[in-house]
Amino acid sequence: MEKRVTFKGWKLPLLLIFPQLLISVVFFFYPAGQAIWQSLFIPDPFGLSSQFVGLGNFEFLLSDQYYRASFLTTAIFSILVTVVSMVVALFLAVMADRLIKGAGVYRTLLIWPYAVAPAVAGVLWLFMFNTRVGVVSWYVGLLGYDWNHVLNGGEAMGLVVVASSWGRISYNFLFFFAALQAVPKSVIEAAAIDGARFWRRFFTIVLPLLSPTVFFLLVVNIVYAFFETFGVIHTITSGGPQQSTTILVYKVFSDGFVGQDLGSSAAQSVVLLVLVGALTIVQFKFIEKRVHY
Amino acid sequence: MKFRRQFRHSLCIGAAAVAGLFTTTVHAATEVQFWHAFTGRLGELVAEQVETFNSSQSDFEVVASHKGNYSETLNAGIAAFRAKEQPHILMVFEVGTATMMSAKGAVKPVFEVMADAGAEFDADAYIGSVKGYYTTTDGEMLSLPFNSSTPVLWVNKDALKEAGVDPEVDLSTWQKVDEVLTKVHAAGSKCPMTTAWQSWIHLENLSAYHNTPFATKDNGFAGVDTELAFNSELQVKHIQTMGDWAKDGKFMYAGRRNEGGANFRAGECALFTESSAGYAGIKAEAKFDFAVRPLPYWEGTEGAPQNTIIGGASLWAMAGHSDDEYKGVATFLNFLSSDDIQAKWHQDTGYLPITAAAGEKTKADGFYDDNPGTDIAVIQMTANAPTANSKGLRLGAFDQIRGIIDEELEAVWSGDKDAQTAMDSAVERGNKLLRRFEQANK
Repeated sequence: MEKRVTFKGWKLPLLLIFPQLLISVVFFFYPAGQAIWQSLFIPDPFGLSSQFVGLGNFEFLLSDQYYRASFLTTAIFSILVTVVSMVVALFLAVMADRLIKGAGVYRTLLIWPYAVAPAVAGVLWLFMFNTRVGVVSWYVGLLGYDWNHVLNGGEAMGLVVVASSWGRISYNFLFFFAALQAVPKSVIEAAAIDGARFWRRFFTIVLPLLSPTVFFLLVVNIVYAFFETFGVIHTITSGGPQQSTTILVYKVFSDGFVGQDLGSSAAQSVVLLVLVGALTIVQFKFIEKRVHY
Repeated sequence: MKFRRQFRHSLCIGAAAVAGLFTTTVHAATEVQFWHAFTGRLGELVAEQVETFNSSQSDFEVVASHKGNYSETLNAGIAAFRAKEQPHILMVFEVGTATMMSAKGAVKPVFEVMADAGAEFDADAYIGSVKGYYTTTDGEMLSLPFNSSTPVLWVNKDALKEAGVDPEVDLSTWQKVDEVLTKVHAAGSKCPMTTAWQSWIHLENLSAYHNTPFATKDNGFAGVDTELAFNSELQVKHIQTMGDWAKDGKFMYAGRRNEGGANFRAGECALFTESSAGYAGIKAEAKFDFAVRPLPYWEGTEGAPQNTIIGGASLWAMAGHSDDEYKGVATFLNFLSSDDIQAKWHQDTGYLPITAAAGEKTKADGFYDDNPGTDIAVIQMTANAPTANSKGLRLGAFDQIRGIIDEELEAVWSGDKDAQTAMDSAVERGNKLLRRFEQANK
């Protein structure tokens, strides 16, 4: 039988949720409302005058083939970052889970990169792959490959994906590792007695039991790839070469803060807001059905 | 901030009142906020200038604050203006000039600041091609030129010698540069030539140097309804040549900003097109014999070589302050353009002297004799009276347009596009931004 606690009256519950409501309104609804409002205008940078253009900013954006191309770039980038960071983290977590000795050290080392700020991580990777002094580019040069992410779009994309995934692996590792510890040993032992090998046990027992974690990380990582990878892109490629690493959120920044075009920047924020909102709804509606809690 | 300033002000009055009990000579200096974009050695030199000014008089106190790189400093100024906490003086790089000019009501033109303060001010004392960038078509100075440089050709003489080329070889035209690059490349060099600031040097300056428009309406000076025009024959020929060089390994692309400087200073590259302000860094780090040459031009183009244009920043007075504070601004700006301060700045940094007198003084000091080549930039800038095509550029959203040009040039260097296609595309994309800027600043 379900046990329910209910409040008498509505003052206390309202008081209790008030802080959360306040934070949502001040830090989410108000700025989002401002962005929607601003997206209808073309203001000058100093805020001295602005002109109402209706949906003109959106028309301008969607008629721009480079903006449309940026959707594809964002999709490729986000999928790669999510897949790379989750698969590697899961693999490391499974390995760490089997360790008997030194698990603590291993774990700590793996979590470390999470403490590095994205912009700093960007600079670190940039140094390693610098076309002139980079250790990695020098080494691949010895192997006969001429690394030049300054001109090669594919290499630039690879580099920002790796740099963005790197710190994220730690975060994902943490969740996978905790989830693995929660998998009942008895179930695995029973399967082992039935003769199932390690990888078979993993795919038929462990992975389904991990599905709530996988789902959670999927949502969180996609949001991360969309919004928080800005620092890495800014420090490594600035969206180049050509436009091969210009993802949507980077374009919001460069139009707003390099081009001082706040109207277009606001319109792009609104597009992103709708896009990520829709994506999250889709994930909850269709993917969550396959999750066993 | 305003509140804090008032609070501090009243604190000062309080302190003055207390001090007044003991002495009668105390009075509060008017504070002048100065936001700039310099770090490292340049930051130290600016701090030194401010310190000299503050100790030279007691009426005003300039407070200098570093606000990040050029773009970040401009953003900080804009954000501060929107919050009504703008500084008195804001450093804005040359590509932000159109943005500032259109912001009537946010800035107070320098000629007005000077006139209102009753300060002595002679706009003709400034070097024409420096001044031209920051004056209206009527010749009224809007902002004070601060640090200005112009592109020159840096030569690694040792690298030329190694390739069997006479280090004193004539490099005055791109035709001759081509021959030298071919020899240096044939001798096995991995980097016969590299560049910094590709759009500024190989399109903006190329156009001015050959007296060819970069944009219509006098490069934007005559109106915001300007359109880009750098897809004409001259520019396409130049970019196509460089694209061919890139394909043949005679030109190495290192990045959009001055990344190539590291390669040149390390001795890897024979030729390097870079700002004259690269002098301090190259002198400090280069372990080879180097020389400065004028920027090459295309022989056979009528009117070439005209004059090159500047890059760098100027100082803008922001609107909304008291008369007393503007008096401080005027005094400080006059101090910065004084002969001694300018001559020292020019000699320390490799930036151009902004007044003719400071250039004369540097010559009289014997600096050019001791440091051969440091006067090339000055000569190159002042050789001819600027024309409508070589006065400078005044284009809105220009920082972003440069970004577009960078992208299109990268497509040429990597061989994805030919020069004509890339320049046409850059012009088309840039024009869209110009139209938006026009709309925002109606």
